[in-house]
Amino acid sequence: MSAAGLRIGAPAGWRGWLLDPAPTSRRQARLGRWYRAWRGLYCNGLAMTGLVIVLALVLVAILAPLFADHTAAFTQTLQERLQPMSWAHPFGTDELGRDIYARVIFGSRITLTIVALVSAIVVPVGLGIGLPAGYFGGWIDAVLMRITDIFLAFPRLVLALAFAAALGPGIENAVIAISLTAWPPYARLARAETLTRRHAEFIEAAELQGASHLRILFTQIMPLSLPSVIIRLTLDMAGIILTAAGLGFLGLGAQPPAPEWGAMVSSGRQYLLDQWWVATIPGLAIFIVSLGFNLLGDGLRDVADSRAG
Amino acid sequence: MSDGPLLTMRNLRVTYPGDDGDFPAVRNVSFSLGRERLGIVGESGSGKSTTGRAIMGLIPYPGRVEADVMRLGETDLTRLDERGFRRLRGKRIAMVLQDPKFSLDPVMTVGKQIAETHRHHFRSSKQAARAAALEMLEAVHIRDPARVYNQYAHQVSGGMGQRIMIAMMLIAGPDILIADEPTSALDVSVQQQVLAIMDEMVKSRGMGLILISHNLHLVASFCDRVLVMYAGQIVEVCDTGRLNEARHPYTKGLLAALPELGNRRIELPQLRRDPEWLIDLPAAAGAAS
Amino acid sequence: MSAATEAAAASNEWVRRIAGAIRRVINLLFSVALTFLGLTCVTFLIGRVIPIDPVLAIVGDKASRATYDRVAAEIGVNLPIPVQYWRYLSKVLHLDFGFSLITAHPVLQDMTRVFPATMELALLALFVGTVLGVPLGVVAATHRGRWQDQVVRFGSLLGYSMPVFWLGLVGLLLFYAKLGWVEGPGRLDVSYDDIVPTVTGLITIDSLIAGESEVFWNALSHLVLPASILGYLSLAYVARMTRSFMLGQLRQEYVLATLAKGLSPFRVVWVHALGNVWVQLVTVIALTFGSLLEGAVLTETVFAWPGLGLYMKNSLFNADLNAVLGGTMVIGVVYIFLNMLSDVIYPLVDPRARGRG
Repeated sequence: MSAAGLRIGAPAGWRGWLLDPAPTSRRQARLGRWYRAWRGLYCNGLAMTGLVIVLALVLVAILAPLFADHTAAFTQTLQERLQPMSWAHPFGTDELGRDIYARVIFGSRITLTIVALVSAIVVPVGLGIGLPAGYFGGWIDAVLMRITDIFLAFPRLVLALAFAAALGPGIENAVIAISLTAWPPYARLARAETLTRRHAEFIEAAELQGASHLRILFTQIMPLSLPSVIIRLTLDMAGIILTAAGLGFLGLGAQPPAPEWGAMVSSGRQYLLDQWWVATIPGLAIFIVSLGFNLLGDGLRDVADSRAG
Repeated sequence: MSDGPLLTMRNLRVTYPGDDGDFPAVRNVSFSLGRERLGIVGESGSGKSTTGRAIMGLIPYPGRVEADVMRLGETDLTRLDERGFRRLRGKRIAMVLQDPKFSLDPVMTVGKQIAETHRHHFRSSKQAARAAALEMLEAVHIRDPARVYNQYAHQVSGGMGQRIMIAMMLIAGPDILIADEPTSALDVSVQQQVLAIMDEMVKSRGMGLILISHNLHLVASFCDRVLVMYAGQIVEVCDTGRLNEARHPYTKGLLAALPELGNRRIELPQLRRDPEWLIDLPAAAGAAS
Repeated sequence: MSAATEAAAASNEWVRRIAGAIRRVINLLFSVALTFLGLTCVTFLIGRVIPIDPVLAIVGDKASRATYDRVAAEIGVNLPIPVQYWRYLSKVLHLDFGFSLITAHPVLQDMTRVFPATMELALLALFVGTVLGVPLGVVAATHRGRWQDQVVRFGSLLGYSMPVFWLGLVGLLLFYAKLGWVEGPGRLDVSYDDIVPTVTGLITIDSLIAGESEVFWNALSHLVLPASILGYLSLAYVARMTRSFMLGQLRQEYVLATLAKGLSPFRVVWVHALGNVWVQLVTVIALTFGSLLEGAVLTETVFAWPGLGLYMKNSLFNADLNAVLGGTMVIGVVYIFLNMLSDVIYPLVDPRARGRG
């Protein structure tokens, strides 16, 4: 027993078992890691708030009809236009008489769709470019990194604007435009992670056992690179949501009558002075969701940093 | 200059509170330092560096430093706040760290860093400080002081860097020098040179030296007295001439593990740690030794 | 070493340093050129995928067959793509972005008219963000875990979670409509238009040059709200990055050693630690400026600010593709340069980077 095992007042019971600095089995070590990570997150009140917000988004988006009436979000009732907040309409009504609360609820689906689609494109592309670049090195690395650097230097919103100008507005084009400029950091990250592990002994051991390059990349290096990619993704997500909302504000995202939050802010602009809720409430939704991802991402990164020492 | 000990410690305790309990980095360490060379030997985690930093008040929050007696000459260190310690650092106690590549500011010329110490403690002008810095560089046997003055930390070799560190830390004329692993980052051939310079400075200024190291052989050949630390406690105190009379099994184990020329052994004995060594030793009581 | 060999070694050192610097500059120019080409490729391709017939856009749908064919030949619609790209590239290098459909002026001329407005706002916001953001970040790092740190972190977090267009609207609602503390959308009250001759394009400076103090104050009060909002958003990012860099520095050994010398924490933090950090900060500031330019489209829409962003948005809605692509090119090029800035700055100020290469 080394001097490191000496602690005064250490916790007993299953917590002590999980936190034991000298675990005796692989299961104990792995469970201990997860528990420590969870505790790190849990102690961080802000990170937990972020987690709650993100989970709420997912829940509300998937179960939207449970939270609000679909017809209220889409039916135009012109006698009811621009009503202030009330029991019948918790967030008031917009310029076409639609219930803003219901529209915000259903708009979460669009937000979640964008988040999911961009993630689904950006992570595989980033890994697919970064992992081989780091692993094989040489001219493959040089070429791939050149391409990455070129895309990294493009201004995201402006390019999306140009894209939409050419291809026409719509949520698919918005997703493509955002993904095109969002993937480079992940390629860089994957490459950096691969480089640190490339010459590790356990990789050499796998090579000596006859594992093919593809197998090593998939089974060894990729899983180790995933945590930092996920943390980066969570942190980026806020920015992606803001960019998508910005595109919506300019009319380039999901088209009316879809209850896209950015578009709602835009259409509420003209009524800002007297019916402020039409523009302000959807914007608040964007803010809260973005904040949630930032809080969660920060918390995850703090946990990862503290474990890395 | 009084003739009593320069530094007196009785039952120094440094504790780091943590989520899974308090970690006692230093447990009831007691010793005194005169105008001599005192070595503190221990492995990583033994608390030797922490002791050195506690003397200078450099234990970061949330670490706690407590002692029954901690006195530098006439000054009671237990009552000092940060500002009080600042007045001592550099002026009365100084510390040299392990690797000059990391312990010197990378973007400032080394000469300027030496001069900075002088300017701070003596409120001297730029020219006076520069002159003093050049003088110190010569004192540590650096051959072209004016050229080295304008160099950066990464441009000088390890041995020269440590000499620059010594110059920088001694320029204000402290009474005690704490050297924390000063030669661990150096080649063996350079180690002796740096130690020799340290010795010369300490002797010529009548200073006390605390040499902290994991290398028992080095400490034994250089210092007058040795303290052996294990798990935050002092387990052995003796004069270096009488090391072979060491009583604690840990010290004996360390000595036995040292390879010796001319001593033909098939296997070097391994140090076997006894968990009994972790038990709290009785705290020192009564007058300082 | 004798004096002669030492001198020779010193001059060798100089030659090596200059060669290294030249090599780095060439590398950099190559990178920039490549990225620029990439940008032109992308804008070219975007321009070619439009569903609108570019010839029809020019001649209108009542033109004769002969006119149509003539214009088609002129534009070169039927030429192979690489040739079209080459023509496009050479035009761009001559700063010919074509004509704007709305204004009927060359796009370049339009852009020189609107760009200064964007610059005025962006520069002021950047100034606010930096001058406040850096000290806040330093304070947060040195008071880690305590209330100063929490306030800065939380304030920053709110800042870069907010949609800029929403914050702008809320700001207008609160400070302009309800409280009347600042002026509303636009750069100047209409009555002050065209009083001050354009020298730099920055109305605040031009009005000071012309001695028109009323115009100056009016321009300033129009600037206050958008500049504050953008300043806050910039501050959020700058403060956070400064804090992060400073925390990294405060962990280093030299901080401990400098404290051990007896220097005050103030000097250790603001001279030594910050001195090691400000190079990275320059990169951060450059990136912040880039994102200010990028977000100009949204900001200028909300504040009816007649800059490049508003120009591009209007062009977008009028299907004025030349103008949109021209604006994209300009912002893209500035963005590229800002991104590459760090490669230029580092060797100039970090002594460790000079010896290499």
